[in-house]
Amino acid sequence: MTKKKTDAESRKSYVGCTGAQIFHEMLLCEGVDLMFGFPGGAVLPIFDVLYKTPIKFVMSRHEQGATHMADGYARSTGRVGVVIATSGPGATNIVTGLATANMDSVPVVAFTGQVKSFLIGNDAFQEADVTGITRPVTKHNFLVKRVEDLGRVVKEAFYIARTGRPGPVVVDIAVDATVAKLTDQPDLAPNLPGYKPRSSGHVRQIKAAAEAINAAERPVLYVGGGVVIAEASQEVRALAEKAQIPVTTTLLALGSFDETSPLALQMLGMHGTAAANYAVQESDCLIAVGARFDDRVTGNLETFAPHAKIIHIDIDPASISKNVEVDIPVVGDAKDIITRMLEFIEPRRRKGWLAKIAEWKKKYPLQYEADGKIKPQEVVELIGKMTDHDAIIATGVGQHQMWAAQFYGWRRPRQIITSGGLGTMGYGCPAAIGAQFGNPGATVIDIDGDGSFSMTMVEVITAARYDQPVKFVVLDNEYLGMVRQWQEMFYGRRYSAVEHPCPDYAAIAAGYGAKGMRVSERSELADAINTMLKHEGPVVLHVKVEPEENVYPMVAAGKGLHEMDLGKLA
Amino acid sequence: MKHIISALVQNQPGVLAHIAGMFAARGFNIDSLVVGRTEDPVLSRMTIVVVGDDRVLEQVRKQLGKIVSVVKVRDFLDVPCVQRDLLLIRVHTPPAKRSEVTQLVNMFRGRVVDVARESLLVELAGTEDKLEAFVDLVRPYGIRELARTGVIAMPRDMQTQPKAKGEQADVS
Repeated sequence: MTKKKTDAESRKSYVGCTGAQIFHEMLLCEGVDLMFGFPGGAVLPIFDVLYKTPIKFVMSRHEQGATHMADGYARSTGRVGVVIATSGPGATNIVTGLATANMDSVPVVAFTGQVKSFLIGNDAFQEADVTGITRPVTKHNFLVKRVEDLGRVVKEAFYIARTGRPGPVVVDIAVDATVAKLTDQPDLAPNLPGYKPRSSGHVRQIKAAAEAINAAERPVLYVGGGVVIAEASQEVRALAEKAQIPVTTTLLALGSFDETSPLALQMLGMHGTAAANYAVQESDCLIAVGARFDDRVTGNLETFAPHAKIIHIDIDPASISKNVEVDIPVVGDAKDIITRMLEFIEPRRRKGWLAKIAEWKKKYPLQYEADGKIKPQEVVELIGKMTDHDAIIATGVGQHQMWAAQFYGWRRPRQIITSGGLGTMGYGCPAAIGAQFGNPGATVIDIDGDGSFSMTMVEVITAARYDQPVKFVVLDNEYLGMVRQWQEMFYGRRYSAVEHPCPDYAAIAAGYGAKGMRVSERSELADAINTMLKHEGPVVLHVKVEPEENVYPMVAAGKGLHEMDLGKLA
Repeated sequence: MKHIISALVQNQPGVLAHIAGMFAARGFNIDSLVVGRTEDPVLSRMTIVVVGDDRVLEQVRKQLGKIVSVVKVRDFLDVPCVQRDLLLIRVHTPPAKRSEVTQLVNMFRGRVVDVARESLLVELAGTEDKLEAFVDLVRPYGIRELARTGVIAMPRDMQTQPKAKGEQADVS
């Protein structure tokens, strides 16, 4: 990691520098040592400066891939992901990636080229209203038309992306601003009078929350992605253990709480465990930390946690009482708040409540039928065991994503790299590559579905080209599995447009420069995974799985969490 | 129920579009939106009338506060304030009706700013209620055209302690 330049170094004279040069200097000041992206006309001056840069530049095959790579890099390391694309179609190609990062609060800074400042609004070649298009899917965006503003805006963009509730920031740069030369020393101090991220919680609210927790008989900790961002999983564990509170996590927070603990409920919500959902519905005190009561978690809001006093600890005041009326809001950083709250928390034993939880866990474990065919759940379980539950796992979106969440066995935060809020198919392949760049030497696996993988699999070329030994496991059921499941359950098995006949992914992988493997017999599975893990380069493992498996439990639309369809689990 | 929210925003291109876009995306019901310069050249003041209950108002306040270009948000719920809206209205006024209509205008302390053979252009400033009342009274004559600026508002007292409902500590 490049050392961030000191203030003294930043105060050097930039008079005579071009926009592209000061742009590059500011990236170095921000400690950027890796960028993803794709060049083009409007960013030629910038790429000319990048020709001799110490920053590693990873060229993807599609700008969407580059954005997901920056996102996967950011989620797995906690650092800001950086992506650059050209104007017009280059910029519009990053919109899905920005929306993905925006929904999951991921710090990404995206630079897009723009046509010359005096041509803006003129329907110029490769022109698009990028600030207009990306406004609803970013935390903030900027349009830079003057070289005097460029340095300051770059610093502001990074500051906004990584502080408060993180999010993607777009800086749209008119090409003439990157060619123009500075005639005066620019003012680089960020000027953001409207942005004052607050981190420390009010002591009055912290005490009120502690009091409610002490008085509770059946509390539940509902932990979300915010705990990962705040790096507060140790504090959450300390709280859970001191007061003996069972812990359920959202999809994004899997790994924040060790799933082997007797207090662990695993994931809650639409495809969460029965124990987690029953616990929430019976709870008398629900402590939400860094979570936003998303509809996948709550089920029918009218019957959600009917007996619970709700405490909500979150850094974003707009998330509080948005969907669910909150009794005790505590705004601020989760790590700060829980640390300070711990001294007011009284130790408890809660034998009765924990016994009930243990009973639910025993009665309704996650399971699947083992009948000799390759079950996708088993593939995930095997991968979990054979990686010691220590790998970084990216996923696409759909059934395979839910099975990965349920069966991998999560142990630490920043292990799961998945699109939660937006649910972007095609996220897995590039995000895994980004995560590998951020964690050299780590085992990084993309557990993907055939539908999702097809969308962005071209980035396997990128993995091979840059020698990133990512393992891509494609669970191929030749369907868009989750849609098929809904058609089976709610549309009388009318399988409309969900058949997904697949090409030979292993052969394609070989063509892309990676190792291709295929498995269609259960007996070959363990060996294949072993070979895949041992291979010192990228691998695509194409596994033909049982075509019509369903994800259980399932909370159907409009139903409460306690009204789960347990399928074959009951 | 209608609520007035006042926001101080950075005086930069794109800010109005950003805020309007946020309202549209979140499905908030906006009755009127006015923005103009303030005594500080880098800041503009935006006055928004929102339709909804207290919960909607709270979300509008918070979502506005989240926008980076928005510097300060306050609402006037339970705060005594002076509200003004400006109306320009062209009333169909044949010569025979001219004095009647002018009488109404005077009673409302408005001004006739343009006279034509068959119409009068009236300028009227005041609270929403006053403007609504005037419009109702001249409607029988025939309204040719109508334009309103939307409400701007300012609190009556100089607030030294920010304890008004609109200034909860969690949003600046």
